[in-house]
Amino acid sequence: MTLMQKFLGASAALALTAGTAAAEPAILFDLGGKFDKSFNESAFNGAERWAQETGGSYAEVEIQSDAQREQAIRRFAESGANPIVMAGFSWATPLAEVAADYPDTKFAIIDMVVDAPNVRSVVFNEHEGSYLVGMMAAMASETGTVSFVGGMDIPLIRKFACGYAQGVKAVNPDATVIANMTGTTPAAWNDPVKGSELTLAQISQGSDVVFAAAGGTGVGVLQTAADEDILSIGVDANQNYLHPGEVLTSMLKRVDNAVYEAMLAGENLETGFNVMSVANRGVGFAMDANNEPIVSYDMLAATYAAAADMAEGTLTVHDYTSDESCPALDF
Amino acid sequence: MDFATLLQMLDATLRLATPLLLACLAGLFSERAGIFDIGLEGKMLAAAFLSAAIAAVSGSVWLGLLAGIGASMILSAVHGLASITFRGNQLISGVAINFLAAGLTVVIAQSWFRQGGRTPQLAGDARFNPIELPFADDLQDVPFIGPIYYELISGHTILVYVALLMVPLTWWVLYRTRFGLRLRAVGENPAAVDTAGVSVIWLRFAAVGICGILCGLAGAYLATALQASFVKDMSAGRGFIALAALIFAKWRPWYALYACLLFGFLQAMSLRADVIEGVLGFQVNGQLLDVLPYILTVVILAGFVGKAIPPRAGGEPYVKER
Repeated sequence: MTLMQKFLGASAALALTAGTAAAEPAILFDLGGKFDKSFNESAFNGAERWAQETGGSYAEVEIQSDAQREQAIRRFAESGANPIVMAGFSWATPLAEVAADYPDTKFAIIDMVVDAPNVRSVVFNEHEGSYLVGMMAAMASETGTVSFVGGMDIPLIRKFACGYAQGVKAVNPDATVIANMTGTTPAAWNDPVKGSELTLAQISQGSDVVFAAAGGTGVGVLQTAADEDILSIGVDANQNYLHPGEVLTSMLKRVDNAVYEAMLAGENLETGFNVMSVANRGVGFAMDANNEPIVSYDMLAATYAAAADMAEGTLTVHDYTSDESCPALDF
Repeated sequence: MDFATLLQMLDATLRLATPLLLACLAGLFSERAGIFDIGLEGKMLAAAFLSAAIAAVSGSVWLGLLAGIGASMILSAVHGLASITFRGNQLISGVAINFLAAGLTVVIAQSWFRQGGRTPQLAGDARFNPIELPFADDLQDVPFIGPIYYELISGHTILVYVALLMVPLTWWVLYRTRFGLRLRAVGENPAAVDTAGVSVIWLRFAAVGICGILCGLAGAYLATALQASFVKDMSAGRGFIALAALIFAKWRPWYALYACLLFGFLQAMSLRADVIEGVLGFQVNGQLLDVLPYILTVVILAGFVGKAIPPRAGGEPYVKER
């Protein structure tokens, strides 16, 4: 009997080590799908970069409905994938349920906090990136009035607006910042028509640079800004290419870096809080051939200097979500 | 508030009222013939998607418009088949159309263009561009009338003018033609129309078809005139506001115009919180302006301001013999 137990135990251990040796990372995309030109595509790019650089392979899934979330996590965990990376805050609830059942598997969730010993929660300092693009907006503005269009009125979006306003005021204390939210329901993420009208209303109030942090609504904002010949600022992924020469820059969330780092760490993934800030290049702004002609050297120098100060800790940007108030903007 | 700001707000009103007006007139034709249609939203969405997709692929906005109308008419045909031919519940059929459109558009867009359920950006001829009416530039400096003509009346896309022309056209068709008389009669008392030897089925299908065309125009206006691409769920509840406007207008074409302009103006006001504060002297909650169309409709339905009487045979499939 004891012999049998030992034998079984040994074979089980062998199977486990065999499993771990072959463990490959897995990534789960959110509903937008991996070619959404934004958040998920950024995550996909990070995974691809890891695969190319290490020659490894990874498992992936694009879910089609919310009901598949828990099942998808469990399937990867059962198949021995490690670590399992999830892109998007909607994964938080199923992950909180599942994580405890697989204590030996490491999980990483992006954009949300899940409090479990085997989970890494990656969050972004959006206010820092917004501050930088706010500085650029203030420098590019000729009227001294710039504006912001948010999607749904939630603390996360106010965090963007607040960081942006602080950046604007840092460059030009007399500047006016107009901030509008599209709505208070999830429909506000997908109402480009209202985004356009908000932009037109802001233009009539003198705005000549508009920052959109509004998901699908932002498509309308950028379109109208291009139609009316004012500058716009994209969000999350690099959206400069949407209207070359008319998008000043894009505030970047380096989701790809977060995924890349998590996969690179493999099974030794450090769990707990992981803050992506300007200091570790987790947030920033986009420069490429599309916006190079409209961003001056002085503008870049000042913005990089501020980024360096942030990285060193000599410049701190107020985070709206820390105390639900903003020194530079009234909501 | 100065004159220029007022003009800009009225300009926004006209743009925002146009999709409402087209959808409202679409619903008017359908409901006057006795077919309730809460699938206006879904038809607009399907038209928005296919018009943007075809315009992007072909480079011609007119082909896009045709495709958009086609998509909307297919859904209309489904609604007609379910509620006229098979005598199903019209509300359930409408709800099904809304769900179908919301899901299908994103799935097809994703597998077709791989841009997260969007369609590619339209530019140049693939999009309806604003048209300058004659003498707009010359008259610009004429006091009062000049700015109104230049800012407000000129410089819209052709679909805005089409929508406005649809109002007298709808009135003429409904009240001055034999077809219109029969269409209204079939919504009040289909048995009488049947007795007169006119096909109830055919008349109702014609009404649902016209509804499809108008919804197609509304959807194409959203995706190829106001915007330059399709984004998922971009109709954002405008089909339902159009339904509210239809009840508010008591199923009459000219009142439909006024109701849609009023609702459009409410939407334009919610964009300019600063102006409202300047005029009224206190802050008005933006959400209040967003729900006002619905509140007004409930007030009308409750019978406080006149009476809204729907077509008598509305919602009931016509059964010739029992």
